[in-house]
Amino acid sequence: MTTADPPERERHWAELMDQSLDGNTEPYQRLLVLLTVAVRNAVRSRVRFAGLDAEDVVQEVLLALHLKRSTWMRGTPVGPWVAAIARNKIVDALRRRGRRTEVPIESVLETLGFEDVSGQEQAHDLERALAKLNPRQREVVRAVSLEGHTAQEAAARLQMSEGAVRVTLHRSLKVLAGHVQCGAG
Amino acid sequence: MNTENLIHALVIDGSRPVVPIGRTLLRALGLAIILAELSFFIRQPRVDIVQAFSTTPFAFKLLLMLALTATSAVVLVDTARPISAPHRRWVLILAPLLLSGGVIVELITVPSQAWTAHLIGHNAAHCLMFIPLLSVAPLACLLLALRGGAPAHPMLAGAAAGLLAAAVGATIYALTCPDDSPLFIAAWYSVAIVIVTATSAFIGRRLLRW
Repeated sequence: MTTADPPERERHWAELMDQSLDGNTEPYQRLLVLLTVAVRNAVRSRVRFAGLDAEDVVQEVLLALHLKRSTWMRGTPVGPWVAAIARNKIVDALRRRGRRTEVPIESVLETLGFEDVSGQEQAHDLERALAKLNPRQREVVRAVSLEGHTAQEAAARLQMSEGAVRVTLHRSLKVLAGHVQCGAG
Repeated sequence: MNTENLIHALVIDGSRPVVPIGRTLLRALGLAIILAELSFFIRQPRVDIVQAFSTTPFAFKLLLMLALTATSAVVLVDTARPISAPHRRWVLILAPLLLSGGVIVELITVPSQAWTAHLIGHNAAHCLMFIPLLSVAPLACLLLALRGGAPAHPMLAGAAAGLLAAAVGATIYALTCPDDSPLFIAAWYSVAIVIVTATSAFIGRRLLRW
């Protein structure tokens, strides 16, 4: 699925990104899976020695890529944009651990890798951050993540409108991103 | 939570089209201009505004303010992204260049005894007070919109937002102020604009981290 040829990979990412920004969920799903693999490789080499759980940082990066995808400009390469966002989050994570580390974007870009590992990796920061949500928000996030429901199913189960589920979910993700960022490590 | 679960949630949240940050900022600029214009309820445009449009100094002043607004808007959009893109920053010298030209023409055409009078004008204190005041609402709009961005350098993005807000404030103020001399603008508008820009840079450093 991933291709080792950078220009080819770049074209593929840009195409998926283009479609994702129009609100197409199928290409977005595929893009996020590809980016997870790439980001995981870039993150691992940098945070392991700092005693951080790499997967926590990977999830933080994914959350940031999602919430900041409006800052990618159509027609520009996806790789450097991903690397810039990943770098910001890696530096943040290291800083929370009391390490002042310079992480050049170029080096992150180089290690956006292809190593294929399953997405079953467990992480804990987000789980903990769920406690910062209000009960309704927590229910919605659990329904669409841990329980794997669609927005429609979650709405039926929680007796909310689908629109309310979407609004609540979006707000919750912003809160989670904020808490993951602010919460001391 | 495993990463697959997270991706599932992100995909569900991603089912709506995304508004590019550039467009969000331009909308914020539109709102900023409307809000700044509301100040006309408190402080009216100068009484001779209609005739003023046909005088060179007033037209030049307005052109200068619009140039500053446009160029700082371009730079602001660039600073909102995670990859620093300094290649368009040079446009920022256009307004100062234009102003320098105006100052030189003024110095040549106006007798030197009148320089001081033109420089000090009638409204220096007003200018220093009202331009920052008129910039507050525009700045709030722009910073709020910028929170949705991912600036590579939060402080720089804050400064760019401050410059644009000040440019909007100064444009509106320019319509009310009877002092049109480029000397006056160089002496007072610039100070007011620098104050707003610097303040916003410091706000940005804290507020715009992501």
